Amino acid sequence: MIELKDFSMGYGGRVLLEGVATSFRRGELTALIGRNGTGKSTLLRALAGLNTGYSGDILIEGKPLRKTSVPQLARTVAFVSTARTRVPDMRAADTVALGRAPYTNWIGRMQDQDREAVGKALEAVGMSAFASRTLDSMSDGECQRVMIARALAQDTPVILLDEPTSFLDMPSRYELASLLQTLAHEEGKCIIFSTHEVEIATRMSDTVALIDPPHLIHEGSKLFVENRHLDRLFSTCHSSPYGAGHPEHGSGK
Amino acid sequence: MRHTTLIATLCVITLLLFAADLIVGGVMIAPGEVWNALTGGECTEATRRIVIDIRLMKAVVAVIAGIAVAVSGLQMQTLFHNPLAGPYVLGISSGASLGVALLLLGAPLAGISSAAASLGIAGAAWVGAAAILLLIAAVGSRIKDIMVILILGMMFSSGVSAIVQILQYLSRDESLKSFVIWTMGSLGDVTPGQLIILAAAVAVGLALAVAAVKPLNLLLFGEEYARTMGLDIRRARTLLFLSTTFLAGTVTAFCGPIGFIGMAIPHVARMLFRTGDHRVLLPATVLTGAATLLLCDIVSKALTLPVNAITALLGIPVVIYILIRQ
Repeated sequence: MIELKDFSMGYGGRVLLEGVATSFRRGELTALIGRNGTGKSTLLRALAGLNTGYSGDILIEGKPLRKTSVPQLARTVAFVSTARTRVPDMRAADTVALGRAPYTNWIGRMQDQDREAVGKALEAVGMSAFASRTLDSMSDGECQRVMIARALAQDTPVILLDEPTSFLDMPSRYELASLLQTLAHEEGKCIIFSTHEVEIATRMSDTVALIDPPHLIHEGSKLFVENRHLDRLFSTCHSSPYGAGHPEHGSGK
Repeated sequence: MRHTTLIATLCVITLLLFAADLIVGGVMIAPGEVWNALTGGECTEATRRIVIDIRLMKAVVAVIAGIAVAVSGLQMQTLFHNPLAGPYVLGISSGASLGVALLLLGAPLAGISSAAASLGIAGAAWVGAAAILLLIAAVGSRIKDIMVILILGMMFSSGVSAIVQILQYLSRDESLKSFVIWTMGSLGDVTPGQLIILAAAVAVGLALAVAAVKPLNLLLFGEEYARTMGLDIRRARTLLFLSTTFLAGTVTAFCGPIGFIGMAIPHVARMLFRTGDHRVLLPATVLTGAATLLLCDIVSKALTLPVNAITALLGIPVVIYILIRQ
């Protein structure tokens, strides 16, 4: 579904990833982990087409992302950022309805199937009762779910979420992770989310991708734990003995 | 539905205010006589001229100007994610002032008068407004962050205002006075020929605004989200800049800068309709803008004060209320 080929990127003069080759498949939930400043957001934004400051290629269903038009990309990849925008007087249902933009006409007229998709998305995140509430009357966690529902309504095979579990309480974090799991498994979506929750990353997702500059270690979550890659997260220095000594970790899974 | 009822109520209020604007004025004319003058019934020639040539013209200009600045304000607030943005954030009014200042103050200083005067105040203002927007659009096309464009607009405005001040400082009393009067704004100086240009330009701006409804909705959550939902950001910005030039630029050219309405009305529309959806907000802003400027015109006639003073006095409490509410 998503393939990285000889992918390198940096941020503010620092090399974060170099020569990465891996792929993210349909039907799989991937947790993207890494310490602060290792480029989780930068990578997700690159995959969402928001950041073109990388070298190498991102292929989405075999097609280079650079050559995909903005409207085409909007039908393939949905994105939920960390930005908290509470638009005053904006109803939850209208917010989710924006996700239908790639499919609606020039003025955004909703058809029956669009309304159905909005209803389904709100239900999936457990926010049906909030459909008519405005965003400024909701908590951060509730707004977050509405923004996720918007991404679901966009009906794309790929969904990228930047720290979707922040702002949520503990039970909601697990609820959200299991929702993402269900979507990946039952609807065959390719879902990547960044998180600092090691528990959620290793126990609830199918694969884990760890950014340990300049490598991306991407393996099935079970294998990931068995290989003790988590230790890298806790090593104070990025140039850990693993990083230098095991170049094969930099690719594939 | 609540929105439909509200729109209908606003339509009725606007019509009533329009009628009231025809009745109120320096000369007492009974409503019956106003009706006669409008429908070609029996009335004196003087009455007919006052009602049709002065009051009707002014009321129509008020409606057009109210719609234009309010819609432009709505667009700028959404584009810049700033509740205090208005039609003039990009420097349209400063650009227009520079045009007028160069015409009224600069031309006499330079010793040219006939050539400059033929361009007319409105023409000079429009050229000034369009020039500054072109400049911002040209620089802005290389800038990714919309906030930088907002700051650029403010910087350009301040720079241009400084030039205008220099011109004012160097000018003689009589040209200074005609400039100051222009800055106070007036709905009554539009000729029938100019009205056609004004109406046509505002119609073009409104058509572009309608085309920008979906982009505006997508921009509510910022340009990045808009892009991931399929919006061509550059095209959307260009569409909005063009629309605002036609709306606010033209109105400023013919009526002078009309303050605060453009910033305040979109908030009133949002409060009344309790929605962020521009498919509702656009017509709501159009009607609220028209009604409000009609009201301002009625008040300014009743008190014989410049309309810009009234728009500010009515608009400022609204802006303060919004700040406190947030």
